[in-house]
Amino acid sequence: MRRKRIPTVRAQPIGALCLLAVLLAAAPFHAARAVSNPAEMLPDRAQELRAEAIGQELRCLVCQNESIEESDADLARDLRAEIRKRVAAGESDKEVIAWMVARYGDFVRLKPPFRMATLFLWFSPAVALAVGGIVVWFGLRRRPAPPQPLSAAEEARLKRLLREGLGNPRS
Amino acid sequence: MAWLGSSLGRRLLLTLPVAAAAAGGAAFLALLERMKHGTYDPHAVPSPLIGKPVPNFTLPAQPPATAGISSADLVAAKRWVLVNFFASWCVPCQIEHPVLTELAAAGLPIWGIAYKDTVDAAKRFLTERGNPYTRLARDETGRVGIDFGVYGVPETFLIDPHGIIRWRWAGALSDDVVRDQLFPLLRGGSGA
Repeated sequence: MRRKRIPTVRAQPIGALCLLAVLLAAAPFHAARAVSNPAEMLPDRAQELRAEAIGQELRCLVCQNESIEESDADLARDLRAEIRKRVAAGESDKEVIAWMVARYGDFVRLKPPFRMATLFLWFSPAVALAVGGIVVWFGLRRRPAPPQPLSAAEEARLKRLLREGLGNPRS
Repeated sequence: MAWLGSSLGRRLLLTLPVAAAAAGGAAFLALLERMKHGTYDPHAVPSPLIGKPVPNFTLPAQPPATAGISSADLVAAKRWVLVNFFASWCVPCQIEHPVLTELAAAGLPIWGIAYKDTVDAAKRFLTERGNPYTRLARDETGRVGIDFGVYGVPETFLIDPHGIIRWRWAGALSDDVVRDQLFPLLRGGSGA
Protein backbone atom coordinates (compact mmCIF):
# COMPACT_ATOMS: atom_id res chain seq x y z
CA MET A 1 0.00 0.00 0.00
CA ARG A 2 1.42 3.32 -1.02
CA ARG A 3 1.34 5.99 1.63
CA LYS A 4 -0.14 9.23 0.56
CA ARG A 5 2.02 12.24 1.03
CA ILE A 6 0.38 14.47 3.55
CA PRO A 7 0.92 18.11 2.66
CA THR A 8 2.38 19.82 5.70
CA VAL A 9 1.59 23.31 6.84
CA ARG A 10 5.22 24.22 6.32
CA ALA A 11 4.91 23.30 2.70
CA GLN A 12 2.34 26.02 2.21
CA PRO A 13 3.26 28.91 4.46
CA ILE A 14 1.33 31.41 2.39
CA GLY A 15 -1.81 29.30 2.47
CA ALA A 16 -1.52 28.90 6.23
CA LEU A 17 -1.06 32.62 6.70
CA CYS A 18 -4.10 33.32 4.56
CA LEU A 19 -6.16 30.87 6.61
CA LEU A 20 -5.00 32.51 9.84
CA ALA A 21 -5.87 35.95 8.50
CA VAL A 22 -9.34 34.79 7.49
CA LEU A 23 -9.95 33.16 10.89
CA LEU A 24 -8.77 36.24 12.79
CA ALA A 25 -10.90 38.51 10.63
CA ALA A 26 -13.92 36.27 11.08
CA ALA A 27 -13.64 35.99 14.87
CA PRO A 28 -15.44 39.25 15.76
CA PHE A 29 -18.24 38.50 13.32
CA HIS A 30 -18.65 35.09 14.80
CA ALA A 31 -18.98 36.56 18.30
CA ALA A 32 -21.50 39.11 17.08
CA ARG A 33 -23.68 36.51 15.41
CA ALA A 34 -24.46 34.50 18.50
CA VAL A 35 -28.13 33.98 17.80
CA SER A 36 -27.90 30.75 15.88
CA ASN A 37 -31.55 30.22 15.19
CA PRO A 38 -32.74 32.41 12.29
CA ALA A 39 -36.29 32.04 13.56
CA GLU A 40 -35.32 34.16 16.55
CA MET A 41 -34.16 37.05 14.42
CA LEU A 42 -36.21 40.08 13.52
CA PRO A 43 -37.02 40.42 9.81
CA ASP A 44 -35.83 44.04 9.87
CA ARG A 45 -32.02 43.92 9.64
CA ALA A 46 -31.46 47.26 11.42
CA GLN A 47 -33.77 46.29 14.28
CA GLU A 48 -32.10 42.88 14.58
CA LEU A 49 -28.67 44.53 14.84
CA ARG A 50 -29.97 46.87 17.51
CA ALA A 51 -31.47 43.98 19.48
CA GLU A 52 -28.16 42.11 19.22
CA ALA A 53 -26.24 45.15 20.48
CA ILE A 54 -28.61 45.50 23.45
CA GLY A 55 -28.45 41.80 24.22
CA GLN A 56 -24.67 41.85 24.23
CA GLU A 57 -24.71 44.41 27.03
CA LEU A 58 -26.95 42.27 29.21
CA ARG A 59 -25.76 39.43 31.40
CA CYS A 60 -27.31 36.00 31.22
CA LEU A 61 -28.51 35.41 34.78
CA VAL A 62 -28.08 31.66 34.49
CA CYS A 63 -24.49 31.47 33.28
CA GLN A 64 -23.50 34.93 34.56
CA ASN A 65 -20.36 35.34 32.48
CA GLU A 66 -22.06 35.31 29.11
CA SER A 67 -24.33 37.89 27.57
CA ILE A 68 -27.88 36.81 26.83
CA GLU A 69 -26.98 37.09 23.15
CA GLU A 70 -24.30 34.41 23.57
CA SER A 71 -26.01 32.09 26.00
CA ASP A 72 -27.82 28.87 25.23
CA ALA A 73 -29.78 29.03 28.47
CA ASP A 74 -33.55 28.81 28.27
CA LEU A 75 -34.02 32.09 30.09
CA ALA A 76 -31.54 33.85 27.80
CA ARG A 77 -33.62 32.74 24.81
CA ASP A 78 -36.79 34.06 26.44
CA LEU A 79 -35.11 37.37 27.20
CA ARG A 80 -33.73 37.63 23.64
CA ALA A 81 -37.27 37.17 22.34
CA GLU A 82 -38.60 39.76 24.79
CA ILE A 83 -35.94 42.29 23.77
CA ARG A 84 -36.79 41.77 20.10
CA LYS A 85 -40.46 42.24 20.85
CA ARG A 86 -39.65 45.55 22.55
CA VAL A 87 -37.30 46.73 19.82
CA ALA A 88 -39.89 45.90 17.17
CA ALA A 89 -42.47 47.85 19.19
CA GLY A 90 -40.26 50.91 18.84
CA GLU A 91 -38.68 51.13 22.30
CA SER A 92 -35.31 52.86 22.57
CA ASP A 93 -32.17 51.01 23.69
CA LYS A 94 -32.37 52.83 27.02
CA GLU A 95 -35.98 51.80 27.58
CA VAL A 96 -35.24 48.15 26.84
CA ILE A 97 -32.26 48.10 29.21
CA ALA A 98 -34.28 49.92 31.89
CA TRP A 99 -36.96 47.24 31.52
CA MET A 100 -34.35 44.54 32.22
CA VAL A 101 -32.74 46.45 35.12
CA ALA A 102 -36.16 46.94 36.76
CA ARG A 103 -36.46 43.15 36.98
CA TYR A 104 -32.94 41.88 37.49
CA GLY A 105 -31.10 44.91 38.88
CA ASP A 106 -27.87 46.58 37.80
CA PHE A 107 -26.24 43.15 37.87
CA VAL A 108 -27.66 42.35 34.42
CA ARG A 109 -25.65 45.14 32.89
CA LEU A 110 -22.29 43.82 31.78
CA LYS A 111 -21.09 47.42 31.80
CA PRO A 112 -21.99 48.64 35.29
CA PRO A 113 -23.53 52.12 35.60
CA PHE A 114 -21.56 54.96 37.14
CA ARG A 115 -22.82 55.60 40.67
CA MET A 116 -21.71 55.72 44.32
CA ALA A 117 -21.61 51.95 44.78
CA THR A 118 -19.53 51.48 41.63
CA LEU A 119 -17.09 54.37 42.16
CA PHE A 120 -14.35 52.08 43.41
CA LEU A 121 -14.96 49.69 40.51
CA TRP A 122 -14.53 52.49 37.99
CA PHE A 123 -11.64 54.26 39.66
CA SER A 124 -9.62 51.31 40.97
CA PRO A 125 -7.46 51.13 37.78
CA ALA A 126 -6.63 54.85 38.12
CA VAL A 127 -5.91 54.39 41.84
CA ALA A 128 -3.66 51.40 41.11
CA LEU A 129 -1.83 53.40 38.44
CA ALA A 130 -1.36 56.36 40.81
CA VAL A 131 -0.04 54.14 43.62
CA GLY A 132 2.31 52.42 41.19
CA GLY A 133 3.46 55.81 39.89
CA ILE A 134 4.22 57.06 43.41
CA VAL A 135 6.19 53.92 44.21
CA VAL A 136 8.21 54.20 40.99
CA TRP A 137 8.80 57.92 41.53
CA PHE A 138 10.16 57.49 45.04
CA GLY A 139 12.13 54.45 43.93
CA LEU A 140 13.85 56.44 41.19
CA ARG A 141 14.48 59.43 43.46
CA ARG A 142 16.17 57.31 46.07
CA ARG A 143 18.65 55.83 43.58
CA PRO A 144 22.23 56.67 44.68
CA ALA A 145 24.03 59.47 42.82
CA PRO A 146 26.44 58.38 40.06
CA PRO A 147 30.03 57.92 41.35
CA GLN A 148 32.44 60.85 41.22
CA PRO A 149 35.05 60.75 38.45
CA LEU A 150 38.41 59.37 39.57
CA SER A 151 41.03 61.79 40.87
CA ALA A 152 44.46 61.95 39.22
CA ALA A 153 46.06 59.85 42.00
CA GLU A 154 43.34 57.18 41.72
CA GLU A 155 43.70 57.17 37.94
CA ALA A 156 47.46 56.54 38.30
CA ARG A 157 46.86 53.75 40.85
CA LEU A 158 44.30 52.09 38.55
CA LYS A 159 46.74 52.13 35.65
CA ARG A 160 49.45 50.64 37.84
CA LEU A 161 47.11 47.92 39.09
CA LEU A 162 46.02 47.04 35.58
CA ARG A 163 49.61 46.83 34.45
CA GLU A 164 50.92 44.81 37.41
CA GLY A 165 47.83 42.67 37.94
CA LEU A 166 46.18 41.93 41.27
CA GLY A 167 49.03 39.88 42.62
CA ASN A 168 49.29 41.85 45.84
CA PRO A 169 46.20 43.96 46.38
CA ARG A 170 47.53 45.35 49.69
CA SER A 171 50.64 46.96 48.24
CA MET B 1 6.70 64.21 52.76
CA ALA B 2 9.84 64.74 54.79
CA TRP B 3 9.02 61.73 56.96
CA LEU B 4 9.60 59.53 53.93
CA GLY B 5 13.27 60.44 54.04
CA SER B 6 13.79 59.33 57.67
CA SER B 7 14.81 55.72 58.20
CA LEU B 8 11.77 55.07 60.43
CA GLY B 9 9.50 56.42 57.70
CA ARG B 10 11.16 54.21 55.15
CA ARG B 11 10.77 51.17 57.36
CA LEU B 12 7.07 51.97 57.85
CA LEU B 13 6.68 52.35 54.10
CA LEU B 14 8.23 48.93 53.56
CA THR B 15 5.69 47.27 55.88
CA LEU B 16 2.83 48.77 53.87
CA PRO B 17 2.70 46.09 51.14
CA VAL B 18 2.90 43.36 53.78
CA ALA B 19 0.10 44.98 55.76
CA ALA B 20 -1.99 45.37 52.60
CA ALA B 21 -1.44 41.71 51.68
CA ALA B 22 -2.33 40.62 55.22
CA ALA B 23 -5.52 42.70 55.20
CA GLY B 24 -6.48 41.27 51.79
CA GLY B 25 -5.85 37.74 53.03
CA ALA B 26 -7.95 38.29 56.15
CA ALA B 27 -10.81 39.72 54.08
CA PHE B 28 -10.64 36.77 51.69
CA LEU B 29 -10.70 34.30 54.58
CA ALA B 30 -13.77 36.05 56.03
CA LEU B 31 -15.42 35.80 52.60
CA LEU B 32 -14.71 32.06 52.42
CA GLU B 33 -16.12 31.60 55.93
CA ARG B 34 -19.32 33.41 54.97
CA MET B 35 -19.60 31.33 51.78
CA LYS B 36 -19.22 28.18 53.86
CA HIS B 37 -22.07 29.22 56.16
CA GLY B 38 -24.26 30.31 53.28
CA THR B 39 -24.46 33.95 54.38
CA TYR B 40 -22.66 35.05 51.24
CA ASP B 41 -23.29 33.77 47.73
CA PRO B 42 -21.04 35.28 45.05
CA HIS B 43 -23.55 34.28 42.38
CA ALA B 44 -26.54 35.83 44.13
CA VAL B 45 -28.43 38.43 42.16
CA PRO B 46 -29.93 41.04 44.49
CA SER B 47 -33.53 41.71 43.55
CA PRO B 48 -34.44 45.31 42.66
CA LEU B 49 -38.07 44.43 43.46
CA ILE B 50 -37.63 44.47 47.24
CA GLY B 51 -39.86 47.22 48.65
CA LYS B 52 -41.85 47.42 45.42
CA PRO B 53 -45.45 46.27 44.79
CA VAL B 54 -45.87 42.85 43.18
CA PRO B 55 -45.78 43.07 39.39
CA ASN B 56 -49.13 42.92 37.59
CA PHE B 57 -50.03 39.44 36.48
CA THR B 58 -52.86 36.98 36.03
CA LEU B 59 -52.11 33.28 35.81
CA PRO B 60 -54.39 30.28 35.19
CA ALA B 61 -54.96 27.61 37.82
CA GLN B 62 -52.63 24.69 38.32
CA PRO B 63 -54.60 21.56 39.28
CA PRO B 64 -55.54 20.44 41.87
CA ALA B 65 -56.42 24.11 42.37
CA THR B 66 -59.37 25.37 40.37
CA ALA B 67 -58.73 29.12 40.54
CA GLY B 68 -55.66 30.91 39.25
CA ILE B 69 -53.65 33.68 40.93
CA SER B 70 -53.42 37.36 40.08
CA SER B 71 -51.52 40.28 41.58
CA ALA B 72 -54.89 41.65 42.74
CA ASP B 73 -55.43 38.45 44.76
CA LEU B 74 -52.10 39.02 46.54
CA VAL B 75 -53.06 42.57 47.49
CA ALA B 76 -56.56 41.49 48.49
CA ALA B 77 -55.18 38.75 50.76
CA LYS B 78 -54.13 41.50 53.22
CA ARG B 79 -51.70 39.19 54.98
CA TRP B 80 -48.17 37.85 54.64
CA VAL B 81 -47.98 35.39 51.78
CA LEU B 82 -45.05 33.36 50.51
CA VAL B 83 -45.01 33.08 46.72
CA ASN B 84 -42.98 30.10 45.58
CA PHE B 85 -41.92 29.43 41.98
CA PHE B 86 -41.32 25.71 41.57
CA ALA B 87 -41.20 22.99 38.94
CA SER B 88 -41.48 19.23 38.98
CA TRP B 89 -38.27 19.01 36.91
CA CYS B 90 -36.24 20.97 39.43
CA VAL B 91 -34.14 19.04 41.95
CA PRO B 92 -33.67 21.84 44.53
CA CYS B 93 -37.49 22.15 44.57
CA GLN B 94 -37.68 18.60 45.83
CA ILE B 95 -35.05 19.41 48.45
CA GLU B 96 -36.95 22.44 49.78
CA HIS B 97 -40.33 20.69 49.68
CA PRO B 98 -40.19 19.49 53.33
CA VAL B 99 -39.34 23.05 54.44
CA LEU B 100 -42.38 24.39 52.62
CA THR B 101 -44.51 21.66 54.17
CA GLU B 102 -43.33 22.71 57.63
CA LEU B 103 -44.03 26.37 56.94
CA ALA B 104 -47.51 25.52 55.68
CA ALA B 105 -48.14 23.48 58.82
CA ALA B 106 -47.04 26.51 60.88
CA GLY B 107 -49.86 28.48 59.25
CA LEU B 108 -48.03 30.59 56.67
CA PRO B 109 -50.00 30.74 53.41
CA ILE B 110 -47.82 29.63 50.49
CA TRP B 111 -48.95 30.31 46.95
CA GLY B 112 -47.26 28.12 44.39
CA ILE B 113 -46.50 28.99 40.80
CA ALA B 114 -45.52 26.06 38.58
CA TYR B 115 -42.76 27.51 36.41
CA LYS B 116 -42.27 26.20 32.86
CA ASP B 117 -43.91 22.95 33.78
CA THR B 118 -46.67 20.86 32.27
CA VAL B 119 -50.01 20.64 34.07
CA ASP B 120 -49.71 16.89 34.51
CA ALA B 121 -46.11 16.78 35.69
CA ALA B 122 -46.71 19.51 38.28
CA LYS B 123 -49.87 17.78 39.46
CA ARG B 124 -48.07 14.46 39.80
CA PHE B 125 -45.25 16.19 41.74
CA LEU B 126 -47.80 17.50 44.27
CA THR B 127 -49.69 14.22 44.51
CA GLU B 128 -46.52 12.27 45.19
CA ARG B 129 -44.92 14.66 47.66
CA GLY B 130 -47.87 16.43 49.20
CA ASN B 131 -49.26 19.86 48.49
CA PRO B 132 -48.07 22.65 50.81
CA TYR B 133 -49.72 25.36 48.70
CA THR B 134 -52.94 27.16 49.62
CA ARG B 135 -53.28 28.40 46.05
CA LEU B 136 -51.73 27.22 42.81
CA ALA B 137 -51.19 28.76 39.40
CA ARG B 138 -49.00 27.94 36.43
CA ASP B 139 -46.60 30.10 34.48
CA GLU B 140 -46.06 27.88 31.46
CA THR B 141 -43.99 30.34 29.41
CA GLY B 142 -42.09 31.83 32.34
CA ARG B 143 -43.19 35.32 31.29
CA VAL B 144 -44.53 36.24 34.75
CA GLY B 145 -41.33 34.80 36.17
CA ILE B 146 -39.39 37.41 34.17
CA ASP B 147 -41.52 40.17 35.72
CA PHE B 148 -40.58 38.82 39.15
CA GLY B 149 -36.92 38.70 38.12
CA VAL B 150 -36.89 34.91 38.44
CA TYR B 151 -33.78 33.38 36.90
CA GLY B 152 -34.15 29.83 38.11
CA VAL B 153 -36.32 27.64 40.29
CA PRO B 154 -37.02 27.51 43.12
CA GLU B 155 -37.40 31.17 43.95
CA THR B 156 -39.46 32.43 46.85
CA PHE B 157 -40.91 35.88 47.53
CA LEU B 158 -42.39 37.20 50.76
CA ILE B 159 -45.30 39.55 50.12
CA ASP B 160 -46.50 41.79 52.94
CA PRO B 161 -50.18 42.58 53.74
CA HIS B 162 -50.04 45.60 51.42
CA GLY B 163 -48.85 43.58 48.45
CA ILE B 164 -45.24 44.80 48.72
CA ILE B 165 -42.38 42.38 48.05
CA ARG B 166 -40.32 42.26 51.24
CA TRP B 167 -37.87 39.45 50.61
CA ARG B 168 -36.66 37.13 47.89
CA TRP B 169 -34.73 33.89 48.14
CA ALA B 170 -33.22 32.33 45.03
CA GLY B 171 -32.54 28.63 45.51
CA ALA B 172 -33.85 26.00 47.88
CA LEU B 173 -35.20 27.21 51.21
CA SER B 174 -33.47 25.59 54.17
CA ASP B 175 -34.26 25.56 57.88
CA ASP B 176 -31.34 27.98 58.38
CA VAL B 177 -32.67 30.46 55.84
CA VAL B 178 -36.17 30.27 57.32
CA ARG B 179 -34.86 30.78 60.87
CA ASP B 180 -32.29 33.49 60.10
CA GLN B 181 -34.07 35.49 57.41
CA LEU B 182 -37.75 34.69 56.96
CA PHE B 183 -38.88 34.44 60.60
CA PRO B 184 -37.26 37.72 61.72
CA LEU B 185 -39.11 39.50 58.89
CA LEU B 186 -42.43 37.91 59.82
CA ARG B 187 -41.95 38.68 63.52
CA GLY B 188 -40.83 42.24 62.84
CA GLY B 189 -43.83 42.95 60.66
CA SER B 190 -46.71 41.54 62.78
CA GLY B 191 -46.59 38.50 60.52
CA ALA B 192 -48.34 35.15 60.59
